[in-house]
Amino acid sequence: MTATQTVAEPTVAPAPDRKAKDTPGERATATVAHAVLILWTIVVLVPMLWTLLSSFKTSSEIFASPFHLPATPQWINYAHAWQQAGIGRAFLNTVIVVGVGVAVVMILGAMCSYVLARFQFPGRRVIYYLMLAGLTFPAFLAIVPLFFVLKNFGLLNTLPGLTLTYVAFALPFTVFFLYAFFRTLPYEIGEAAAIDGAGEWKTFFLVMLPMARPGMASVAIFNFLGLWNQYLLPVALNTTRSNWVLAQAIASFASQAGYRTDFGMLFAAVIITIVPVLIVYIIFQRQLQGSVTAGSLK
Amino acid sequence: MTAPTQVAPPGTPARRRRRGRWTLDKISFMAVFLGVPLVIYLVFVISPFAQSIYYSLTDWSGFSSTMNFVGLRNFRALLSDDLFLRALRNNVILLIALPIFTLVVALIFASLVTVAGSSRGQVRGLRNSGLYRVVSFFPYVIPGIVIGLIWAQIYDPSAGLLNGILTGLGFDRFESYPWLGDERTAMAASIFAMAWGGIGFYMVLFIAAIRGIDPQYYEAMRLDGAGRFSTAIHLTLPLIRDNVQTAYIYLGIAALDGFVFMQALNPAGGPDNSTLVMGQLLFRTAFTQGKFGYATAMGVALAIVTLAFAALVFTVNRLTGADKDTGR
Repeated sequence: MTATQTVAEPTVAPAPDRKAKDTPGERATATVAHAVLILWTIVVLVPMLWTLLSSFKTSSEIFASPFHLPATPQWINYAHAWQQAGIGRAFLNTVIVVGVGVAVVMILGAMCSYVLARFQFPGRRVIYYLMLAGLTFPAFLAIVPLFFVLKNFGLLNTLPGLTLTYVAFALPFTVFFLYAFFRTLPYEIGEAAAIDGAGEWKTFFLVMLPMARPGMASVAIFNFLGLWNQYLLPVALNTTRSNWVLAQAIASFASQAGYRTDFGMLFAAVIITIVPVLIVYIIFQRQLQGSVTAGSLK
Repeated sequence: MTAPTQVAPPGTPARRRRRGRWTLDKISFMAVFLGVPLVIYLVFVISPFAQSIYYSLTDWSGFSSTMNFVGLRNFRALLSDDLFLRALRNNVILLIALPIFTLVVALIFASLVTVAGSSRGQVRGLRNSGLYRVVSFFPYVIPGIVIGLIWAQIYDPSAGLLNGILTGLGFDRFESYPWLGDERTAMAASIFAMAWGGIGFYMVLFIAAIRGIDPQYYEAMRLDGAGRFSTAIHLTLPLIRDNVQTAYIYLGIAALDGFVFMQALNPAGGPDNSTLVMGQLLFRTAFTQGKFGYATAMGVALAIVTLAFAALVFTVNRLTGADKDTGR
């Protein structure tokens, strides 16, 4: 029986092989590809899981072995991180500064990009290039004078000062992204609104802004991540300990000398910092990856 | 050529602007919509940039009122400042190694996901590859300072995960190897930590770009008998070169910064300053040594290097035949 089958095979082969199984070579390729990607997935996940595991250990357990499970989960690490290390306070500060910052930059960015995209007036190009400059230059160039700008306004080491700086530095990216977006909205709609008697203000808030919602959402997520991760600006401009944001509170662990650090508390602090962004990412995962695509393929 | 002579039919979306009069509505609208964001932007972003160029030409200490114009003296001093040159060299190493490592790995992963599937019928990617994309992107949303701290712990000589794994595999000489404390490995270890954070992002970017390529090209290539590797080199890469260029510039700017990661991995600059970057030195010079004029000169130098790098990438890309019909 086997012999007849092997003989019969060549006559079948020329027919369209829609349902044919993958050849061994192809399966091998796919297997190698999966293996490589699984390996990378492990490289990504293991450090995070290890961090999670360590956050429930005592310092001596961490030093004993990187793999063993904690004898009893040290929930106290989280309490210590939240209170003693000031992570709780910093968390609250971050939520306030980033929350207000993103809201303000979204509204200001939408307004500015709307005007730039849909109105002709002298100086339009100049403003556009000024925005481009803000995207290009490294923030390091500005940091020293910025320190004194804030100082002169009495905003140094204050949360409003930091928020305002965040808004200013997130503005160019926001304007660029939304500029492209507002240009794609049809002009007829604005005209129809004008014929219906809507003024410029009404047209923007009641017609244009709601239409721009998908674009706004993408930019808002990017701004949220960018500002949540911001490090240089707070470290330079917001040095009062009670006003620290998460990045600073967490960085203070990095500068502490080894022996005095409570490592369990450090890992707990890291987990507290990561979890909100991971939640945001998991919720908006599609949208975020979609906008990476949209932003890069323009 | 007939179209322009025709009168546009009503309803054609010819770009009609409302050239209306300057009513109170419109004036107040422009003032608020353009004025408010612009004032904030000018005060907090543009003016500091402009000021720093002036400060870099002075000997200002930051807290005194005396400020003397010294011309290019700061810049001349930078050129003979060993620490600065060391930091500059470290940044250049980062600038070369980080993008190459990140992009090569990201391109390989993206190719595997998009075209490693069955080669019969349509070109397609691996089955169930969505999970890889989602998980790989994870680190991108983790703050840089946290990535740095996690990796600093992973590299820890006695309690770290890496040495734990290596000794577990039988490599006993790694029992307490200081990855970040040895000049030979400090930089490479730092680069890996930075790449760990970025690879997933660029992988997603490239997957999108590759998916945008017309599958017919792949089929034609396959009929010609090209293998997967040569397809990737001769077809995929040229077609997504604009995306690669953009990615290279992003990564280069990240490498010229590097402040957050290095500050978390090795706040003091690493063994014999082997991971000290310009950002760290600038920060120290300004805020702990109070040499603001000198520090801003470093900032200007950093900006010049950044712009030169971007110009270089564009030029190289153009000289090597970047296209033609790229409408970005």
